[in-house]
Amino acid sequence: MSEQDHDHDHPHAPITESDEPAFAVRARALEELLIEKGTIRGEDVRQGIDWLVSRSPADGARLVARAWVDPEFKRRLLADAREAALQLGLDPGPSPVVQAVENTHAIHHMVVCTLCSCYPRALLGPPPDWYKSLPYRSRAASDPRGVLTEFGVELDDDVELRVLDSTADIRYLVIPRRPPASERMSEEELAGLVTRDSMIGVAQPAAAAPAGA
Amino acid sequence: MHDRGGWPTQAPIDRSEHQLADWELLVDALVGALGRHGVMNVDELRRGIEGMPPDEYERASYYERWLYSVETVLIEKGVLAPRELDRRIGG
Amino acid sequence: MRYRGDQRVRIAARLHEGHHRIPGYLKGKTGRVARVHGSFPNPETRAYGTDGLPRQPLYLVGFAQRDVWPDYRGPAGDRIYADVFEHWLEEA
Repeated sequence: MSEQDHDHDHPHAPITESDEPAFAVRARALEELLIEKGTIRGEDVRQGIDWLVSRSPADGARLVARAWVDPEFKRRLLADAREAALQLGLDPGPSPVVQAVENTHAIHHMVVCTLCSCYPRALLGPPPDWYKSLPYRSRAASDPRGVLTEFGVELDDDVELRVLDSTADIRYLVIPRRPPASERMSEEELAGLVTRDSMIGVAQPAAAAPAGA
Repeated sequence: MHDRGGWPTQAPIDRSEHQLADWELLVDALVGALGRHGVMNVDELRRGIEGMPPDEYERASYYERWLYSVETVLIEKGVLAPRELDRRIGG
Repeated sequence: MRYRGDQRVRIAARLHEGHHRIPGYLKGKTGRVARVHGSFPNPETRAYGTDGLPRQPLYLVGFAQRDVWPDYRGPAGDRIYADVFEHWLEEA
């Protein structure tokens, strides 16, 4: 996610700009009112935005890559992903529990929040629009293999597909399967194969580069 | 209306993505700030969204729902007066 | 915590006015406890401005997809899981 340029040092910027959607005007007016009332401070808003734009799937990918190369770390990640993230100097976010789930040759996990859009955004960045969309929230539950087909993933019938519906404060992170022929790759190179979508469970990680490439 | 698991739909999943607009980041940060100040929590946010009229829920974008909920709940709590935001915008 | 890992449980089929986090598609369905998460503040009361205390036990419960959707098109082994508070569970 690229840097955004925010003029939140100027809360009294002109209320209307020609192309601005009505909701942008409304949001800024709300911010102004709440700051004037002392309900929140401008600094709170800046910090919140800074945190959100700093979030990216690179953090989740680091957890996965470390788990791929270090079986003891993987064990700790599966036991308590919040704590494992903290051990790597990562911010696991405000959820009380982050639960990592491991894909194997026999089990594939896929995450959805059918009721709203719960998502481990501290480790993956803000969720993609499709994750929050009504069709995904509907079909990931009742037709997950159809969804996977749309995303280009075909699972054999003997693979158990587990859909996790995030209905409470637990945030789920999928540990995708390590790509074949990746044994010589460094941990950093491996992290580069771990895509956001593979940590949601709608994609496999990228393929390892050919040897010597 | 918010309870979508298994809701019948023929719609394909639109996989296009957009970077969050400034106003969307702002709404997100406002909710976070309200939470940290103990004014409104995330369960109230969800409850407020669930109370949207169904046609508005379906039509609204993600952060439009958040904005609706924040306004509704803050009016409920007396932090905002009814229509105070409208008056601020409309002059 | 009233239920144990691997125990068969059923999701209560009752109506609930107001905020709740049981998806409609799971009401009345029978599954198994997959994880015992511990206790958390209750979102059903937090949603109305309280602190959600006392904490309520929370479980990850798994269901066979074919038990949930009458016309599920995938294999019999496919499963769906949700995090469910104890007050929505019954022995099965």
